Amino acid sequence: MTDFLFFIEVVVAGLLAGTMYSLVALGFVLIYKASSTFNFAQGAMVFFAVLAFVGFMELGLPFVAAFFVTIVLMGLVGFFTERLVLKPLMNQSEDTLLMATIGLGFVLEGLAQAAWGVEVRRLDLGIGDFPIPWIIDSTGLFISALDLTAGLVAAVLIIGLALLFKYTKMGLGLRAVADDAGAASSIGIPLGNIMLLVWTAAGIVALVAGMMWGARAGVQFALVDLALKALPVLIIGGFSSIPGAIVGGLIIGASEKVLEVYVGPFFGGGIEGWAPYVLAIFFLLRRPEGLFGEKIIRRV
Amino acid sequence: MNTNVVFMGYTRSDLTNLVVVLALALLVIPLTVESDYWYASILIPWLCLALAAVGQQIVMGYAGQLALGAAGFMAAGAFACFNLILRVPYMPFPVALALSGLIAAAFGVLFGLPSLRVRGIYLMVATLASQFFIVWMIDKFGWFKNYDTSGIITAQDIVIFGKTFTTPLEMYLVVVVVVAVLTIFAVNMTRGSTGRSWMAVRDMDIAAESMGISLLRTKLQAFAISAFFCGVAGALFAFTYLKSLEPVAFDIKLSFKILFMVILGGLGTISGAFIGAAFILLFPVVLNSLGNNVFHGAIDATIISAAEQVVFGVLIIVFMIYEPLGMAKLWENVKQRFNFKRAPTAALSKTQAT
Repeated sequence: MTDFLFFIEVVVAGLLAGTMYSLVALGFVLIYKASSTFNFAQGAMVFFAVLAFVGFMELGLPFVAAFFVTIVLMGLVGFFTERLVLKPLMNQSEDTLLMATIGLGFVLEGLAQAAWGVEVRRLDLGIGDFPIPWIIDSTGLFISALDLTAGLVAAVLIIGLALLFKYTKMGLGLRAVADDAGAASSIGIPLGNIMLLVWTAAGIVALVAGMMWGARAGVQFALVDLALKALPVLIIGGFSSIPGAIVGGLIIGASEKVLEVYVGPFFGGGIEGWAPYVLAIFFLLRRPEGLFGEKIIRRV
Repeated sequence: MNTNVVFMGYTRSDLTNLVVVLALALLVIPLTVESDYWYASILIPWLCLALAAVGQQIVMGYAGQLALGAAGFMAAGAFACFNLILRVPYMPFPVALALSGLIAAAFGVLFGLPSLRVRGIYLMVATLASQFFIVWMIDKFGWFKNYDTSGIITAQDIVIFGKTFTTPLEMYLVVVVVVAVLTIFAVNMTRGSTGRSWMAVRDMDIAAESMGISLLRTKLQAFAISAFFCGVAGALFAFTYLKSLEPVAFDIKLSFKILFMVILGGLGTISGAFIGAAFILLFPVVLNSLGNNVFHGAIDATIISAAEQVVFGVLIIVFMIYEPLGMAKLWENVKQRFNFKRAPTAALSKTQAT
């Protein structure tokens, strides 16, 4: 195999792995857009959702039923979060909300472990994490079926969300709330319902992200740490932009793989662990609002 | 203005508190507590983590910079101390401790640089880089671990002026002295112009800048001093509590713990760091002994550790909603209820949560 082909393969694998980061980041963006809250609990939601899903499957529910029961459960999580955490903290500073969502993350992690235990579970989606033969035959590239599926699922989710925002009444309401929550509620848009919708949507995104990650690495606590990597993705893409979450994920995924393969060996490997954060710092120093974010203007 | 100032801006009650606390720590506890368990498993880790929490408090509670990488700086301090004692002949422990604090402070300045451009969660992500980078660096480059392959290195003995400190009580005394000196130092800073600039930057950085406070200087100073405290705390933690050095001990979980100590203890108070550290450290101990003694092990250990997480999470949310200034403020409220003659101290009534 030529070096160039290998490089392409590394980049493609990185891009596809990056879509998994994008999926986690997407949940952050949804909630940030609607309520200007950095939902630090998104990683915990990924863990909670997929652990619940696997738990329901173990109880004997079929795949589809487990999927929908988990979505209802995530809706409940959203409902209680809105009532018990967000509402009492309305109009507080972003930092206060951020700390509260860190607390929320701990609650969700604890509850998930109390309900379903700590052991690593296998999740079989029926999609193997191995190269697809016909792609090897036609192009010589080794591309994992799971990566490709994750990419497709991400694309479907994003198109679905974009349609929801653009063409439904709920979506219009959501954009109004994102623009100016006070004004939106004064003309009668039900803030509570919108928040519930957004948190449920973020819950669904979390579940899908968790299923993709879980199929690769097993359903386990380490998912929470993996989800932390969505943070540099958001910094690169911008916190309020859905395309940003996707592009950011792709950039992080590709650059982390390229760095690991070509630079990593000089340092004994493992630079994947911090490279995304350092990349994010460079972005922060050049363009703090991210590639697609709105310019941050602060006034006294 | 407080009229009963007796010494360098301190009131009579401040000095009484200081004398009482020091007498308690240096005389009453060593004379009355005999069990090694108390020193080795509760008092020493409490004081070490409280010192790190004071560092976190400085950068977060006083300077208002949301940093999440205290454990990274602790790791830097711990391994710096190990290498200084290992490689520099006749290196006295106190000097090594101070130098390792300074080395951690250098990392603090480096990773504090993004704070000049960003705030809030952006800064949190930037400081996460320090956490992951420092621990990775120590883990990957054999030199830091003296090419030890087992992953766990035994810490050297603490030798001060030819005397070796080995028993838990002796180690406790070392820790108490270091923590006391640094805490007095921290209180002094927070009450002086340094602390005032931090708080001005925290409350409104643009306004502070327009009043002539240099953001560059103030923020980097906060990061440096915070990392210094964390570095010394990390070295003490490794040498007196863990008695070994392993990078895994300083993972992101420890950073979160220290963050929680500060949030629950109370943002913007030094005493909050100590109260928060005591709570975070003791609560699991209490929960475990409840599980063992009351329920006789009927409850699974997994459930207990999960319950611990849930309680911490719920408490953070509850404090954010009802008392953003944390347990230190609750304590202050209780004191004031029983002591309403005395006016509230100026520093506390003006402190705002970030």
